[in-house]
Amino acid sequence: MSEQQRPEVVSVRGVGKTFESAGGRTIALEDIDLAIAPGEFVSLIGPSGCGKSTLLRLIGDLTAPTAGSVTINGKPARQARLDRDYGIVFQAPVLFDWRTVQANVALPLEVKGLARSDREQRVKATLDLVELGDFARHYPYQLSGGMQQRVSIARALALEPSILLMDEPFGALDEMTRERMNSEVQRIWQQTGTTVVFVTHSIPEAVFLSSRVVVMSPRPGRIVRVIDIDLPRPRTDDTRESARYFELITEVREALRGRRTDGRPPSGSVASMERTLAEGAVG
Amino acid sequence: MTARSGFATRGAQLASPARSIARGAGLALVFIVALLIVWEGAKAIGGDPWRFKDANGNETVYRPPLTWPIASDLSLPHVWKIAEALAAPVQRQQAQSLAQYLVGAAIYTGREAALGFLVGAVLGLALAAGFVHSKLAERAFMPYIVASQTIPILALAPLIAFAFGNGLVGIVIVASYLTFFPVTVAQLRGLTSPDPRALELMRSCAASRWTIFWKLRMPASLPYLFAALKVAATASIVGAIVGEGNPGGSQFGLGRAILNFNEQYITGPEKLWAAILAAALLGVAFFLAVRLLELYALRSRPNAAIG
Repeated sequence: MSEQQRPEVVSVRGVGKTFESAGGRTIALEDIDLAIAPGEFVSLIGPSGCGKSTLLRLIGDLTAPTAGSVTINGKPARQARLDRDYGIVFQAPVLFDWRTVQANVALPLEVKGLARSDREQRVKATLDLVELGDFARHYPYQLSGGMQQRVSIARALALEPSILLMDEPFGALDEMTRERMNSEVQRIWQQTGTTVVFVTHSIPEAVFLSSRVVVMSPRPGRIVRVIDIDLPRPRTDDTRESARYFELITEVREALRGRRTDGRPPSGSVASMERTLAEGAVG
Repeated sequence: MTARSGFATRGAQLASPARSIARGAGLALVFIVALLIVWEGAKAIGGDPWRFKDANGNETVYRPPLTWPIASDLSLPHVWKIAEALAAPVQRQQAQSLAQYLVGAAIYTGREAALGFLVGAVLGLALAAGFVHSKLAERAFMPYIVASQTIPILALAPLIAFAFGNGLVGIVIVASYLTFFPVTVAQLRGLTSPDPRALELMRSCAASRWTIFWKLRMPASLPYLFAALKVAATASIVGAIVGEGNPGGSQFGLGRAILNFNEQYITGPEKLWAAILAAALLGVAFFLAVRLLELYALRSRPNAAIG
């Protein structure tokens, strides 16, 4: 059967998300349109409360939209989840402490019901990919925070998902480790060719990693701008010192502040965003 | 492949089970010696006078300076009197010593308690598993389960004996009645202990409830479960003893021994103390059995050796 080539891995159309609570309604997301092509690396960035994590969770079918539709590989998000199209990485590694590193990575494969020999092969390949082959039989508590997060990336990649969702995966790591992990993620992304949706607070991280940066604003959560990152690959430590890198960082920062470099007025409330920035929500 | 290479490098905080057991035994010994010192110390200060043979073989009387009723020979027999009673025949003209009799009684009671423990643990596990999947069931039944534990077991045991007989079944029910509750409560807490993101992770790879239960909830609950099983292990012995002590109850077991020796207390207080000692040792044995199981089941986790 010839599979039709889908131009989009992720298609978010007219999506809104409203939370009802005792205190009233909170509009987390409003009128979100986003299309992500195969192999793209897309970062969602914005201050706290802009709904970037909610958008990620909507894409992953961990929560349902109250308006609009989310389509993954041409299927409803729920079907994509049931087909195991996703890999997911959280801010904390969320490893099972009673399982060794290799058993943690094998977990999604066990859930899928893969035979032991297939599992072992996949686990080995995936651990080699994140360069933790030597730690297969260690327990999570024996590893550093950065290594634990690499295990959780390996676990997310074990099923060779067509889309990898990462929710502030390096937010808990120190700056040095974070930069190293960024290079690591870039390498893994290039090696696997998977599509990545990456939520972050960090402007440099978003610019360094992404093909596109989606800038969001809060109350209600909206997409303010989408910025193409045209830095050449592979990006290295030299990239971090290049003029273009700083230009793009400035561009993302200005977009977060609600200023447009092309002179048009910003959408969304500038005042509320400035307030959020004053609260120090953006790193 | 070095299976446990990590333990050599960063595993220093993980005490080995053998070391943990050795340390536990050492502490227990220290405690027992301290208890004996306090016991005989109290008798030396405030107990009844006693005779002993001095270095020349002359019989001498020791008179403690004070008189404490709590340290009298009737309240608190000498340790060596209890030891003598253990070696002596359980009753006149019987070959069986008190120690032999109590070992037999402890085995009999231990069997009932073990059965009650198993029944209670399985019931507790099943209830917790049901409640974690149905908030409605939890809300409907939990109040009654809590209420059930406010009824004194002494009041309930005769009713159970009446309904199920004085034999093994009735006693096992009393023992399980005391054991299922801590298991239910702790296991429910354990089954709900996983990080919400761990549940989302399972969801993201389309895991069924069944898979989530066995691969996430159950393993995550084990530390909670073992904490409860340790409570339940000793409670099951209390339950079995109370069950045996029913009016017209069991002819055997520690419960019967305790009741009999209670009646004979004035003539031989050390017999009751010996029976209490046997019950305590049985409790310790149960506790240690669960502890060993715990050390094995949680051997790969950090902090498993603590607690």
